[in-house]
Amino acid sequence: MADVGRKKRLADYGIHSERTLMRKKGPGVFEQELGDLESKLGLSTVEKAVAWAQGHSIWPDTFGLACCAMEMIAIVGSRYDVARFGAEVFRSSPRQADLMIVSGRVSHKMAAPLRQIYDQMLEPKWVIAMGACASSGGMFANYAVLQGVDKVVPVDVHVPGCPPRPAPGVVRRRRSGAERRLRLADRRLARARGLRPHGHRIRRAPRSEADPHGRRLGGASAAQGLPHRR
Amino acid sequence: MTLAARRQAPIYTGTRIPSPIPTVLKVDPALRVDDDILEVNFGPNHPSTHGVLRLIVELNGERVEGIEAVIGYLHTGFEKNMEQKTWWKAITYPERIDYLSFQINELAFVLAIEKLLGVEPPPRATWMRTLLCELSRIHSHLIWLGTGALELGAISLLWYCFRERDAVLDLFELVTGVRMHTRYFQAGGLAEDIPPGFFTECRKFADMFPARVDEYEALLDRQAIWLERTKGIGLLSAEDAIALGQSGPVLRASGVDWDLRKVEPYLAYDQVDFDVPVYFNGDVYDRYKVRMDEMRESTRIVQQCLDGMPEGPWIVDDRKIVLPPRHELHTSMESLIHHFKLVTEGYRVPAGEVYVAVESARGELGCYVVSDGGSKPWRVKFRAPSFVALEATATTVAGSLVADLIAILGSLDTVMGDCDR
Repeated sequence: MADVGRKKRLADYGIHSERTLMRKKGPGVFEQELGDLESKLGLSTVEKAVAWAQGHSIWPDTFGLACCAMEMIAIVGSRYDVARFGAEVFRSSPRQADLMIVSGRVSHKMAAPLRQIYDQMLEPKWVIAMGACASSGGMFANYAVLQGVDKVVPVDVHVPGCPPRPAPGVVRRRRSGAERRLRLADRRLARARGLRPHGHRIRRAPRSEADPHGRRLGGASAAQGLPHRR
Repeated sequence: MTLAARRQAPIYTGTRIPSPIPTVLKVDPALRVDDDILEVNFGPNHPSTHGVLRLIVELNGERVEGIEAVIGYLHTGFEKNMEQKTWWKAITYPERIDYLSFQINELAFVLAIEKLLGVEPPPRATWMRTLLCELSRIHSHLIWLGTGALELGAISLLWYCFRERDAVLDLFELVTGVRMHTRYFQAGGLAEDIPPGFFTECRKFADMFPARVDEYEALLDRQAIWLERTKGIGLLSAEDAIALGQSGPVLRASGVDWDLRKVEPYLAYDQVDFDVPVYFNGDVYDRYKVRMDEMRESTRIVQQCLDGMPEGPWIVDDRKIVLPPRHELHTSMESLIHHFKLVTEGYRVPAGEVYVAVESARGELGCYVVSDGGSKPWRVKFRAPSFVALEATATTVAGSLVADLIAILGSLDTVMGDCDR
């Protein structure tokens, strides 16, 4: 298989099997078959499955720092139940967590442990900067507070608020990075098939003498002879 | 007024405060020679340290022989930041210090400003502030119980307590528009009038809540594991508590009847009827009982505030410190000027210094304010109860097991925002 245009395998998404004992062994039979399956089925299906699985079982790391942590715990509570999104287990160990929700103001002293915890997380990992302080330093533009946690870790989602209501912080978060890439791929695929992202057919004006390229002079309806549609 | 029977014997004789530094427990050098001391880092990111507290614990097996607390991981520079904001804007800051009982923090600062200004808020504002502060106390104790029980293994209490906590936050949202960090207290009274519908909802909550506290106690009070893990753990005698400067539930669980709401009443506390729970065993169980009883007493105060809420203005009428009502801006030139001055420069507080202490959910929360006569505070300093409570860590933890360390930290109820400021 040529390397150019090599399709991404599961391994490229950070999904490896735990071959801690036999490191040099190489992919096993199952992984080989899975790889062949990837090539045969066409990429988007397996990518979709992976992204679906990742997005629906994100396990957050308990990185509550300050007031936003209280709202983060409220997410776990029964009213804004985050377990329905698969994120019910807040792991204390970063090695078992997928998602770091930085909830609260990060002082400069805490920035080093923050980076250390981020490094201890395994791929794939995501970071939510929850609240104003994590996103930008919030109301604390002073000597002690890191002005935005994206100065030390790459952040996927910034959630505004002081503290943000639990509901938007959770619902917005559902699409993981892989899922967002997938939605883009969906859109490109749809375009190639002549559809808009939501499934409507793209209607182009027919080419005519006055309009040899089919560009809409005066709008699609005008080219078709219809009155201007509001 | 005491609610528990006094112990016959003292909790322990003498003092357990480690010397020379009361906050550090040093390992006995003889142990280092004979036994294997393991130094463990309860790092800043830990589920059970109630925030970003770092403890360097030296263990001999399971027994804690040495402990040292490293704080400052949440130092935010509140006090310095407040010096840069006008008095009005600076009120937004103290709430975030102790983010569990946030309105009580705001109250301390606002009372200090009012003392320097020499204004007396109208009775409606005073009673409403009392009500909201007691709801804040309930909120804080609910979170304490939920997380404290979670750490000791009573996991379901987290969901029960947070269910009630959401009810309290609904009440806050009804009054102020925000769940947490409400910024509702203003120098001179309240920011807005109390919306209609609040009293009905609050009464429903106050009627429902004592039964919920009974439920929590039914789950924990006589539960064998809970008793094993909390009775006789983390002993602190009254003399040691006073020597360490403790206040709040920690002090009252050691047998000292000291509550600022009774001793130096502020707001409307001298006009409502409530008891102060005092227990005499000085252990984790008694601190738990004190807080549970405090939740009930707070509900009593809330009900009395609802019954006795006076009508009238919600903020004082002094246009030099309070924005005039908007409809006046169309007709009165003086109102327009006052509005302009208040919004751009802010009100000026006469020069002076004041210390105001209130009873927060954690103990004595003090606010020391120095004004130079300008529109910004010259210096604001908060006496944080959690900082002082942490100083009792070494004393209470001496000789206990690692699992007890978690229980004791939970019972001291420290909030690192409050500790580090």
